[in-house]
Amino acid sequence: MTVAVIQFGGSNCDRDAVRALNYLGIDAERVWHEDGLPEDTTGIMLPGGFSYGDYLRAGAMAARSPIMAEVREAADDGVPVLGVCNGAQVGSESGLTAGAFTTNKSARFQCEHVHLRVENADTPWTEEFDEGDVIEVPIAHGEGRFEITDERYDELEANDQILFRYCDADGNLTDEANPNGSTGNVAGILGDDDSVAVLMPHPERATLPDVGGTDGADVLTGFRV
Amino acid sequence: MTAYTATVTVRLKHGVLDPEAETTKQALDRLGFELSALRSADRYEIDLEADGADEAEARADEMAERLLANPTIHDYEVSVVEAAAAQ
Repeated sequence: MTVAVIQFGGSNCDRDAVRALNYLGIDAERVWHEDGLPEDTTGIMLPGGFSYGDYLRAGAMAARSPIMAEVREAADDGVPVLGVCNGAQVGSESGLTAGAFTTNKSARFQCEHVHLRVENADTPWTEEFDEGDVIEVPIAHGEGRFEITDERYDELEANDQILFRYCDADGNLTDEANPNGSTGNVAGILGDDDSVAVLMPHPERATLPDVGGTDGADVLTGFRV
Repeated sequence: MTAYTATVTVRLKHGVLDPEAETTKQALDRLGFELSALRSADRYEIDLEADGADEAEARADEMAERLLANPTIHDYEVSVVEAAAAQ
């Protein structure tokens, strides 16, 4: 069982991701995008960073690299895929999930801790939680504002595809707790299948006890399923 | 084959927040300019050889569709001129 953490030029959270997964007893290795997916891949993580310098739009170039066709194929076969931060932008740009992540409302890069409310606890990524649980994880992004058409947003809600929303410490969905102006305070969503998820916050940066909170660990354990 | 320059203009759909444009507007306000709104757009100029303007436009259109624009947030338009005319 090996989680392939895909490294694009400009990825910079790939080592953190491997270390966090290994700490949880999940076998993981970095895979250079040009090398293609290893045969023993049982999970795929798209890590954070600035792939291709965020040129054009964050994630746009990486989303169209050949390995992403393999990732989409694997996702169709039920292989779990998690996109974090730049990985979420890549996932969204590649059509694994709906909507788009674009420039923060503040027009600034934001690096801070946020609270997330679990909206759907019946997924591999949230089965350790209950619906409504509040977790604390860090964000670090300039293009994290979730945008989507009203029609597609309604579909996401109707299909229970919203995974996490930004909230305050008590779980209230307020504008103040929405760090980037995301539609509906959305921080993370599911693909057509709940084995595919993307989120802007960094669970891998909230997994090792030595570096602070560990609320993110229970998200990464989704790869154990 | 004729040399053409296709210009692809990509802009945010009406109603999608543009924080960079808003920040730019505020800077112009501070410089004393009077303006009621500012919108930004990205423009790509693509030199290509094609049998005719229609083909050049169709290819530039596909480039916009597949990479240059994100249909969730963007509208785009394509215009084509013969390269000699563009210079």
